[in-house]
Amino acid sequence: MTEILSFNNVSYSYTPDNPNARKAVQNVSFSISEGEWIAIVGHNGSGKSTMVKLVSGLLFPQEGEVRVMRDVLTEENLWEIRSQIGMVFQNPDNQFVGATVQDDVAFALENSGVPYQEMVQRVHKSLAQVKMDNFLNHEPHHLSGGQKQRVAIAGALAMRPKILILDESTSMLDPQGRDEVLKTVRALREEIGLTVLSITHDVEEALYADRILFMNDGKKYAEGTPTEIFALGDKLVEFGLELPFAMRMTKLLQSKGVQLVGEHMTEEELVNDLWTSNFNK
Amino acid sequence: MMEKMIFGRFIPGDSFVHRMDPRSKLLFVFAFIVIVFLANNVATYALLLAFTLFVILMSKIRLYFLINGLKPVIILLIFTFMIHILFTREGDIIFQLGFFKVYEEGLRQGIFISIRFLVLVFMTSILTLTTSPISITDGLETLLNPLKKIKLPVHELALMMSIALRFIPTLMDETDKIMKAQMARGSDLSAGPLKDRIKAVVPLLVPLFVSAFKRAEDLATAMEVRGYRGGEGRTRYRQLKWDWRDTTSLASLVVVTIILVVLRN
Repeated sequence: MTEILSFNNVSYSYTPDNPNARKAVQNVSFSISEGEWIAIVGHNGSGKSTMVKLVSGLLFPQEGEVRVMRDVLTEENLWEIRSQIGMVFQNPDNQFVGATVQDDVAFALENSGVPYQEMVQRVHKSLAQVKMDNFLNHEPHHLSGGQKQRVAIAGALAMRPKILILDESTSMLDPQGRDEVLKTVRALREEIGLTVLSITHDVEEALYADRILFMNDGKKYAEGTPTEIFALGDKLVEFGLELPFAMRMTKLLQSKGVQLVGEHMTEEELVNDLWTSNFNK
Repeated sequence: MMEKMIFGRFIPGDSFVHRMDPRSKLLFVFAFIVIVFLANNVATYALLLAFTLFVILMSKIRLYFLINGLKPVIILLIFTFMIHILFTREGDIIFQLGFFKVYEEGLRQGIFISIRFLVLVFMTSILTLTTSPISITDGLETLLNPLKKIKLPVHELALMMSIALRFIPTLMDETDKIMKAQMARGSDLSAGPLKDRIKAVVPLLVPLFVSAFKRAEDLATAMEVRGYRGGEGRTRYRQLKWDWRDTTSLASLVVVTIILVVLRN
């Protein structure tokens, strides 16, 4: 498997002159291979956002190195690497640059000097990929939050990135918009094998990931599959994270004396277990 | 409501004028503003008026919208007309009421100036009514391109303008929200003496500015991550196409100019 992105003992402090100050990111290492979906979870101030800035070269680590496509991210190759990273931010309104949907999708292409003919093709193709091809000439204020985020994804896809980074992309959306965006990302992964890094405090979103990186106080607290991470149970709650709804439900049912065995990550698992739980009696 | 005030000016359509390139429309209007001053007798003003009417017909804009555009300048129009009536003292007296005299030349000048006003307002209104703000920005950017040589940041200005246009509705929504939030807290924006009403705007403006700055910061980050590095080496997604319509209309303007020069005394 090709390695797409890696952190090697990365540390970053916003106040480097003060050695006693807590570092925003402390000695973090991890790597993402092609086609994986990694979720970074953690409460506010756990260092998630700083990690995003380190990946996109808005900040450079004081210790350690960030590698994208095996190249160390430096000032020199910054722009080249940025063209291989697609990012979708939190606020759907504040990342919409163009006057209309198609202008916005073309923005990154214009920046890197793609010729007109190819630009038109790529804009149409990537809008079709997120199923927004009927909205070419819509203005942003006539779109819902979920639609705007899908346009942002299309804008990233048009650059044919190696990795798509979702920086709290669903946190400002209503449940419907959130499902829309997550469904789009999942479909894209199946379709073109996109590598995804999602930064989130929404545990339901993290469930879609292959691996979860659990950040606390700038340090990597745990890393593992969703099952492994959520098996930590109360530990997560202690650090200010909620458990997935199905898991909370299971715990509540168990405390009321309902016989349930094992953990349930998704609603479907829970429902299946509930209606089959009396079969063997 | 407020959105209508700004964007209601552009009326989408498919007429000859709508389909013209924004560059040629801008050039046309600028040139027209200049040649209006060539007119100085009945024949030339009649020609200008006829030409303007012809353009209105070509744009298929309903007269109602043009009259609407006239509203803000109507007082100015009447004012200049009256100045000419009152202070031009040449030619025969055609009307007298006590010491109030109207001279022939005064009436003449008053009417000419009014026509000049009218055609200018109509032409510029047609420009904004048939061209979306973003197209005007595009047109201006390409037309001003040569000024890059004298270090005028043309691309940056155009980008600023298009971002400003794009954010108007967003900030309008935001203002609306803040207004409702402050009203829910008991602030009254529409009653009381002027001083109170101005004071009531402050709690509206402060949050609006704070959020606008936050938005600007987010937008700058998003633009940087998407590879924005200024105008160098950028290609354009919006292509302007110059076709026969543009050539024809500019040619017609040249013809009008020649006739004007011939007819004027």
